Amino acid sequence: MASHAVELKNVGFETGGLWLLRGVSAEVDVGKTVAIIGPSGAGKSTLISLINLLRTPTEGEIVVMGREVREWPVRELRQRVGMVFQSPVIFPGTVRENVLLGLELHHRPPRDVGDLLRMVDLPPDLADHPAEDLSGGQKSRVALARTLAMEPDILLLDEVTAALDVHAKREVESTLLRLKQTLHQTMLWVTHDLDQARRVADEVWFVAGGRLVERGSPDELFTEPRSEALKSFLAEGGDPRS
Amino acid sequence: MSYVSLSFTVLFVALSIALSLWLRLGVERDIVVAAVRAAVQLIVIGYILKWVFASQRLIFILLMVALIIAVAAWNARGRAKGIPGAFWRIALGLVVTEVLTQAVLVGFGVIPFQARYVITTSGMIVGNSMVAAGLLMNRLRREVESGRSEIVAVLALGGSPRQAMYPRLVQAIRAGMIPTIDSTKTTGLVQLPGMMTGQIIAGQDPVQAVRYQLMILFCILAGSAVTSIVIGFLTYPTLFNRYQQLREDVLT
Repeated sequence: MASHAVELKNVGFETGGLWLLRGVSAEVDVGKTVAIIGPSGAGKSTLISLINLLRTPTEGEIVVMGREVREWPVRELRQRVGMVFQSPVIFPGTVRENVLLGLELHHRPPRDVGDLLRMVDLPPDLADHPAEDLSGGQKSRVALARTLAMEPDILLLDEVTAALDVHAKREVESTLLRLKQTLHQTMLWVTHDLDQARRVADEVWFVAGGRLVERGSPDELFTEPRSEALKSFLAEGGDPRS
Repeated sequence: MSYVSLSFTVLFVALSIALSLWLRLGVERDIVVAAVRAAVQLIVIGYILKWVFASQRLIFILLMVALIIAVAAWNARGRAKGIPGAFWRIALGLVVTEVLTQAVLVGFGVIPFQARYVITTSGMIVGNSMVAAGLLMNRLRREVESGRSEIVAVLALGGSPRQAMYPRLVQAIRAGMIPTIDSTKTTGLVQLPGMMTGQIIAGQDPVQAVRYQLMILFCILAGSAVTSIVIGFLTYPTLFNRYQQLREDVLT
C-alpha cells in the first residue's frame, strides 16, 4: 500500500463561476488524523467531499491509496473512503437496519450489530429500536456505526460533533479517538472546535478563502502561527460558531 | 345541435365573467382566453377528424396520434422544470403506453383498426397519461429536493444512483398513478364518464356504453402505470453525473 493514504496535488474546485478551493497540495499518511480548521465557508467541507468523489475536482489530482479518485470504480472508492456528515442522516426503520444499510447496498454479508454498536459506545440492545427516536448524539453514533460497518480505510468526518451538546460531543469524540487507536484508521476531520482539533489531530490544516494557508502539528500551529490569517483566526477563538 | 343553439351556451361564459367581475376574482381574462381557445381548438379538430375519418388513410391516423403525443409531452414538460431532456422522455413514455394499449385493443379485436376508434381512444389514454406524467415529474422534483441529504448519504456509502433514488422514485410513480386509481374507484358513482355520456346522448344502449367505458377505464389505468414507470426510470439517471454525484446544475 502507498505510504500516503491521500495525496492532494494542486487541487481546485469551481462551481457556478466561483472557485471554492484553489491550489491545495498536501498529503495524509496512513493511520494519521488530520484536523481541518478554518472560518465558515473556507472550503473545508468541499475539500473532504472531493476525496470520496462526492464532488469532482475541477483542476489538479487527488490520489487515494495510490490511485486517482476518477480512476477508482466509484462504488469501491466510497466503500473504502467512508464519510460521516454534520447532521446525521437517519433512514426510516430500526437502528439495525440503519447500521447495516451500507453492507446491504453492496450485498455484503451482515455483521454483528451488537459489536458495531459497542464500537461506537451504544448499548447493543438498542438494535431493534426505531432509529428516528434516538437522541442527537445517539443518531450521530448510529451514522458513524453505519460508516464503520463498511470497514473503510479512510474516514472523512464533516463537523460530526458540531450539532451536539457538550456531553454528547465528548462522547462521540472519545469514541473516535478510541477507534483511531484500535483500528489505526486514517481520518480527515473537519472541525470548528480548536480544542477538539488539538486533542485529536496528528496534524492540523488551516484552510481559509479556499486555500490551504498553513499546516503543521497542533503544537506548532496553535503556539506559533505564521500567517496573519491564522493569527487573527486564533485570536478570535476560531470560528464564531464554536 | 346547430351553431345557433350552441351560441346560447355562451351565456354560461358570460355568467362566469360577470361573477368574476362582480367578486373581483380577476380571472375574466383567463375565462375569455379559455373559452375562445376551447372553441377554436375543438371546431378545428372537429373538421380535421371529419376529413381523416372520411379518408381512412393509415398515415393520417399515425399523424394524428403523433400530434396528440407531441402536444401532451410538451404540456407535461412544463411540470419538469430543471429536469434535462424531459420532453423526449415523456414523449417516449407516452409512445410506449400508446403502442401497448392499442396493440391490446386492436390486436384482440376489442376495437376495429379504424380512425374513429383509434384516434379517439388514443386521445383519452394519452390525455390521462399526460396528467400522470406531469404529476410524476412534479413529485420527482420535490422528492429530490426534500430528500437530498438521504440521497447523498446513500451515494456516500457507495450506493448506486438507483439505490439512492429508489424510495423517492417509488413515491413519484405512486403520485403519478393515484389520481387515476382514485377516480376509477368512484367512477359511475360521482360522475358518468365522458365517453359513456357521449354514447348515451348519441342514442346508444347504456349497457353497451358501459362496456366501452370500462374498456377505456382499464386502458387509462394501465396507461398511467406504464407512463409513470417508463418516464420515472428514464428520468432519474439524468439527475446524476458519470461519477455518481447528484447533479447540482439540475433542479435548481
